[in-house]
Amino acid sequence: MNQAKVIDACNSFCPGPLMELISHMKRAQVGDTLELLSTDQGSVTDVPAWIRKVGHEMVSTEQVGKVWHIKVRKVK
Amino acid sequence: MPQRINIVCMSGTREKLQMAAMVASVAAVTGDDVTVFFSMNALPYFVKGHAAEAPAEGELGALIAGTSVPPFKQLFRQAAELGDAKLLPCSMAMDVMKITAEDLEPGIGPPTGLTSFLSDAEGGQLLTF
Repeated sequence: MNQAKVIDACNSFCPGPLMELISHMKRAQVGDTLELLSTDQGSVTDVPAWIRKVGHEMVSTEQVGKVWHIKVRKVK
Repeated sequence: MPQRINIVCMSGTREKLQMAAMVASVAAVTGDDVTVFFSMNALPYFVKGHAAEAPAEGELGALIAGTSVPPFKQLFRQAAELGDAKLLPCSMAMDVMKITAEDLEPGIGPPTGLTSFLSDAEGGQLLTF
């Protein structure tokens, strides 16, 4: 299992973290795991909604202190 | 199913430009077919050399100024780069401002008349900011 690439979007507001994730997603390889760090509460629901709509895969969501760690996998 | 979302962006205030940019970028990266038509007080922000900051019209706009909310111009650019949104300047507003396509920032164009914008918008959603 390869190491997740970490994208630190802490302190940015909606839709900043989602846009950061998507721009990295475009450049990632199929099968890559990306970990988004966000302090924006909306990311917790917006990222899974985007992943579902576009057809990638949610890996996990975890809150550590004030930071959400949202892991996703590029599947296509 | 992808939706067709057409946005008329005409206000020059921070809140409306921000909201239009948020809707355009999120819809475009989610696979919707997005077209933004810039006219009236919104268009000058996309002329080369114009100030990037728009005046706030209320409380939220003033609050946004001190935060790391993504700037509206960055969101419009991401809508185009990541989601293939079309960013169209209104040809009437360009005539009034006496500017040509070369005066606009890269990624904004081609100059479009209302008739062709409305004809392309037919059947889709139309949002105005």
